[in-house]
Amino acid sequence: MAAVQRPSMDDVLPRVGREAALAGLVTLALTATMVGLHTVPGAQSRLTLEFRFGDVLMAVVLVFFGRMALAFTREGFPAYGLGIGVLIVAGSLLYPGLPTVVEIMGVGAGAIVGINAVWRLARPMRPDRPPPKTSAQLMDDVAAWVQRQSVVIGVVGVAFAIALPFLFPDRSSIDLATLVMTYIMLGWGLNIVVGLAGLLDLGYVAFYAVGAYSYGLLAQYFDFSFWLCLPLAGLLAAFAGLILGFPVLRLRGDYFAIVTLGFGEIIRVVLQNWSSFTGGPDGIASIPRPSFFGIAEFTSAPEADGLPSFHTLFGLEFTPLHRLIFLYYLILILALVVNAVSLRIRRLPLGRSWEALREDDVACQSLGINRRNIKLAAFTISAMFGGFAGSFFATRQGFISPESFTFIESAIVLAIVVLGGMGSQTGVVLAAILIIGMPELFRELEEYRMLIFGAAMVIIMVWRPRGLLAHRVPTVTLHGGRRKGGPSPGQRPEQVPAE
Amino acid sequence: MILTVDNVHTFYGAIEALRGVSLEVDEGEIVTLIGANGAGKSTLLMTICGNPQARSGQIVFDGETITRTPTFQIVRKGIAQSPEGRRIFPRMTVLENLQMGALTSDPAHFDGDLERIFALFPRLRERSGQRGGTLSGGEQQMLAIGRAMMSRPRLLLLDEPSLGLAPMIVKQIFEVIEDINREQGVTVFLVEQNAFHALRLATRGYVMVNGEITLTGTGAELLSNEEVRAAYLEGGH
Ligand SMILES: Nc1ncnc2c1ncn2[C@@H]1O[C@H](COP(=O)(O)OP(=O)(O)OP(=O)(O)O)[C@@H](O)[C@H]1O
Ligand SMILES: [Mg+2]
Repeated sequence: MAAVQRPSMDDVLPRVGREAALAGLVTLALTATMVGLHTVPGAQSRLTLEFRFGDVLMAVVLVFFGRMALAFTREGFPAYGLGIGVLIVAGSLLYPGLPTVVEIMGVGAGAIVGINAVWRLARPMRPDRPPPKTSAQLMDDVAAWVQRQSVVIGVVGVAFAIALPFLFPDRSSIDLATLVMTYIMLGWGLNIVVGLAGLLDLGYVAFYAVGAYSYGLLAQYFDFSFWLCLPLAGLLAAFAGLILGFPVLRLRGDYFAIVTLGFGEIIRVVLQNWSSFTGGPDGIASIPRPSFFGIAEFTSAPEADGLPSFHTLFGLEFTPLHRLIFLYYLILILALVVNAVSLRIRRLPLGRSWEALREDDVACQSLGINRRNIKLAAFTISAMFGGFAGSFFATRQGFISPESFTFIESAIVLAIVVLGGMGSQTGVVLAAILIIGMPELFRELEEYRMLIFGAAMVIIMVWRPRGLLAHRVPTVTLHGGRRKGGPSPGQRPEQVPAE
Repeated sequence: MILTVDNVHTFYGAIEALRGVSLEVDEGEIVTLIGANGAGKSTLLMTICGNPQARSGQIVFDGETITRTPTFQIVRKGIAQSPEGRRIFPRMTVLENLQMGALTSDPAHFDGDLERIFALFPRLRERSGQRGGTLSGGEQQMLAIGRAMMSRPRLLLLDEPSLGLAPMIVKQIFEVIEDINREQGVTVFLVEQNAFHALRLATRGYVMVNGEITLTGTGAELLSNEEVRAAYLEGGH
């Protein structure tokens, strides 16, 4: 029997010692000038150099022992690693007169090497075990975990989203949150076509535009209220999806993508040039803001248009934030509705058929699936969600013009879906926060921010080519019955309707 | 006759892949079609399923002309196909793949049908939670046949089920095909390169060359036919 040869301490010790000494030397070289030399204002307001020997020594000692602990752990002596880790923590806490920052760093470093050693102790390295996981594999596990815990994550996420306006009650935070939420909604909408049905739709912005202009125009010409226009905008966008869907559905792959791209542009060009109706490049201005469900208006005056104002109705102090918070909740609810509907459809034969279509559309039709109808369904439903988002956009901005509906919008939404991991609802949230939120957060970086953003995207896609949270959980299992919410094999809900 | 193909011509653009094919399959038979690569065997199966549709000629299934019927409706009439190259859904589990096969049949039958498939292929039960794409070639073939069977077909079309499989597995698969035919009364139309096994199994067989049927007879007749031996059996199987 080939016993596992445990390395002997005699072999390991010199290696570990050398490695730790080298790390210490490197630290010395790095810190000697950067930390060690310190300018202080001397006499006659001249700067003089002071050498902070103690700081350098502490850094070197910390790195020396930390590295040693890591090396011991790696070489198969995690107990030593753990011991050193504990010593580092204890030393940092107990040694008198250490500056707080050093104390924190020492405790942190000790904890890290200690945890590393415990990790290894818990799962000893053996040749018959699979090798340690790479970061991409770890991310697979994370993705799988996210899927398994999707209910918990969903509840926590929604709770956070609800609490958000109270946690950050300032205009810019709420605006940003609303923007991110709009893209989450768009991402969820497009996810149906791209993520589930596997049809690369490059013209999603068309339906966003149809929704926005539906509301803008209906409000302008007929004075319809937002609450009436919201469903109408959805219907009109769905109708547009149906009409555009018919000709493109025969196409596959690249051709489909190019034609949808064309449709997106056609809609924009029409909006731009049909000046008499749409206002052309000037767009539509002063689109009415939504009322509080037709009960109250968000005005500073106590009454407007025969409706009481929101703050008098609820006996609050007037602040313009009320409307912003209301808009935020509105898009939150819309997005959650989209999510709920998507998740529901996914479990129906229709959703399954979409997935089958994505996996293999030839096999799909030999199983009796009417490809044309299910593609059309995907296109129409997704368009409707785009339309809802569009009318929300119009009412939030109060102004729309063709400028807002360029190809780049489609590209951003598509990037959200792809980056999140095709078909993953949680992935869309994560990606929307990254893609929309990150550039906003790093505004101080000025022109570098898009550079960093681009680099981050490239790195992520190299690292996770199928998207951050790409993972599919089977909807049924044989033994131990059913997953939550999923149909069990015997109780498939409905049949795919015949034509 | 459960299936009658009458003088069918099928084109891919200007290429005529089927040049007037006629054949018949009787209820309860296993009929084998053999032919060289590119003869048009797969094209015939696909034409029966309506994609591509025949340009001329007639296909009658169970007394009903289906030449112009859309594919998804043909399946609902009781023809199931296990396509060339298996074409299972790689990211779906075995169970989900089988479920996809059952989309057109009454949900009330599902559990019973599933048991039947698992009885035919115990292997699939063991693997029910595994993703289709990670199955071995043999298991994928079992799944493809099982998935087709889930739609409760009266006629099962199989396109080269032995493709790329080890002799042991081929034998197993053919045994199951025989089982499906005998025990479950499903008529089987089998396209094969593996002429030896396929003809031994068959009630009758056809030979296709360049889009035309050149020879027909019982399985045993074809197996002993000189031309067939020379073209499809010598040095082979
Ligand atoms: N989609 C297609 N477009 C154009 N020509 C095609 C297409 N599919 C098949 N063909 C041609 O039709 C002829 C018959 O092909 P088919 O796939 O039916 O052959 P086969 O008998 O199944 O061969 P194999 O045993 O190799 O599977 C071939 O010449 C092939 O090149
Ligand atoms: Mg073939």
